[in-house]
Amino acid sequence: MQPLRHLFGIDGLEVDQVEYLLNLGESFIDINQRPLKKAPTLRGKTIINLFFENSTRTRTSFELAGKRLSADVINISASTSATKKGESLLDTGQTLAAMQPHVLVVRHGVSGACEFLADYLGDTSIVNAGDGAHEHPTQILTDLLTLRCAGGYIGKTITIVGDIAHSRVARSHLLAAKLMGYTVRLVAPKTLLPAEVERYGCEVFHEFDDAIPGSDVLYMLRVQTERLTDNCCFPSIREYHEAYGLNRKRLNAAVEGCLVMHPGPMNRGVEIATDVADSVRALILDQVEHGVAIRMAVLTALCGAQQHLGRPGRSKQMVIEAMRGQGSLL
Amino acid sequence: MSVADVLIRGGRVIDPANGVDAVCDIWIEAGRIAGIGAFEGNANETIDATDRVVCPGLIDMHVHLREPGQEWKEDIESGSRAAVAGGVTTMCCMPNTGPHIDHAGVALQIIARAQQVGLCNVHPIGAVTKNLDGKELTEMRELARAGCVAFSDDGMPIWHAGVMRKALEYASSFGFMVIQHAEEKELTGGGAINEGWVSTRLGVAGMPVEGEDSMIARDIMLARRVDARYHVAHISSRGAVDLVRAAQAEGLKVTTEAAPHHFALTEEEVLGFNADAKMSPPLRTEADRLAVIEGLRDGTIDVIATDHAPHHEDDKRCGLSCAAFGIVGLETMLPVSLQLARDGVLSMPDLLAKMTCNPARLLGLDSGTLSLGAAADIAIFDPDATWTVDRDALVSKGKNTPWHGKELTGQVTHTLKSGRIVYAEGAVRG
Repeated sequence: MQPLRHLFGIDGLEVDQVEYLLNLGESFIDINQRPLKKAPTLRGKTIINLFFENSTRTRTSFELAGKRLSADVINISASTSATKKGESLLDTGQTLAAMQPHVLVVRHGVSGACEFLADYLGDTSIVNAGDGAHEHPTQILTDLLTLRCAGGYIGKTITIVGDIAHSRVARSHLLAAKLMGYTVRLVAPKTLLPAEVERYGCEVFHEFDDAIPGSDVLYMLRVQTERLTDNCCFPSIREYHEAYGLNRKRLNAAVEGCLVMHPGPMNRGVEIATDVADSVRALILDQVEHGVAIRMAVLTALCGAQQHLGRPGRSKQMVIEAMRGQGSLL
Repeated sequence: MSVADVLIRGGRVIDPANGVDAVCDIWIEAGRIAGIGAFEGNANETIDATDRVVCPGLIDMHVHLREPGQEWKEDIESGSRAAVAGGVTTMCCMPNTGPHIDHAGVALQIIARAQQVGLCNVHPIGAVTKNLDGKELTEMRELARAGCVAFSDDGMPIWHAGVMRKALEYASSFGFMVIQHAEEKELTGGGAINEGWVSTRLGVAGMPVEGEDSMIARDIMLARRVDARYHVAHISSRGAVDLVRAAQAEGLKVTTEAAPHHFALTEEEVLGFNADAKMSPPLRTEADRLAVIEGLRDGTIDVIATDHAPHHEDDKRCGLSCAAFGIVGLETMLPVSLQLARDGVLSMPDLLAKMTCNPARLLGLDSGTLSLGAAADIAIFDPDATWTVDRDALVSKGKNTPWHGKELTGQVTHTLKSGRIVYAEGAVRG
């Protein structure tokens, strides 16, 4: 297996790397359930969480992941950092890298922010905790681990509903589906679908009810209410809930055992009804729990790769060539 | 015969304006073309042009020189040096400077500064509207008297249909040409690259091709009504080429130009979030690229112009979505364009016409020819020499090129401005 130098996205990962992370993540689930949640794996490692966008669960789970593995973890959010004074992403990244952390976990509103930083940050490994509408790889690894624990994902059909156009979660899932052997259906009006999305090899539906039969997982995306109405993407929240909200009636129309997932945070009563969110079919809190385990796995893998490599592994150019070479994907 | 100032010997002389394509010599005296043929005589300087092409100095009718106002990106001197390094001896500079070229003083200042530098003819393009804000027309007659050769709000589209109509009416009353940066911002606003599969894969907001096409369609309707001279800047899409072709077939005075990047590259260049491949209009699909080439081949597209847009590194090093639009082009225009001749799309004379006499005709310039008595503005290039583009070796202050590290074929060896050798074998003189 190629050691993991950075984690920019699902793009560029190999099957064995994903399976390695899932196996490692699964082994960490146990630590999180113990009374004493501490292992010495990352003692002496420094991890900086650099978040330019708000986040509760992703940031907290990275923080807990690092701390439970005995790393020193620092959190920096845009509102408290020098970026308020106009310091650029590049300067902030270089400044933090100069303090010699082992891993920089970055969330930023600009797509490609992590690849961009990696060109300038020397030996620091970078984890993409969400960049613009591009990728959110640790969320997808979390989802796959959750599904593995719930019976597996291979050959299953995951139906993703909502604002696909602005969703990094949807994009990463579309790539992971191809790589790991499951099917993604997308459900959204055309106003919330990006151009030529069918080229991912997914099925596209505009009517939610048409997509429900045959779905093994209904994956509801968070609706950003202000984005929805301001850009004429949707007339009203009321109509959104009617067209794309997951309620008990729709869940009952699904195959028996159909599961419900959501990357959070939820808008109860908008994309998901409360009784569905709280039902036994919902894996939403399992996702949160497994998110910590997966981030432990990612941090462990990156720190381990640094010891083996000491130099960049997969270069940016190799990733580009891989994208070009993925025939049907580009 | 007297003594020549410069004698260019044995090159393949191509002068599209006069239908010349022959191996011969050029005799230059007093800064002018004194003879084309075979000469035995003394010259103060002799250039051996064997196996090279000798043509009129190139004209680039779409350049951003950034002076006055943004001299850290480029200035008239650095832009002129970059121009002659690329075989360009005449350029037209766009008015989005600071202050804008929306009153005569700025135009006069630019012309004076360019003459002081003395490397390259610079003709300003005047603004269509004051402050480029799309509301009030500029004093076009005075700007023209000051030396402006056409009018544009380039960088900003003239988006308001009523203002565009008035601009076309007013400009055409005096024979002026209006150049449009066609972009419906309602459709493209917030976008960074072409909207399509690549923008979807990168999760970067796209600029749909309809943003360009719809504004050109509207403008052609307005130009038809008022019988105006309308020129589409940097045409990039299949739909836009079709619209211009149809307008020309109707007999409308509609013309257009293509930038080398739009016929040489596609949107795939931005994979990896390459901000040096970001410009407006953006690199588009292979189908669009081929349509631009077809437009060049069949004559719909008269002119090759670079949209040379130098930026400081800081404006590009901030992630693809935030990076400034634009790439440099003066030093790569010729080799990138020569691929069209190598591919058999255009003959060498027809290709060179698009960078010499065609823009001269559109703009009413007396440059772009090797006619007897014309100013000896000449480019000499080796069509077969290969070189690798190194951003740090570019003469322009702008290093924002998508060709960095790529090999190009065709290299300018000499540039003459009014008979003076201003660029020779890799170095700008003076």
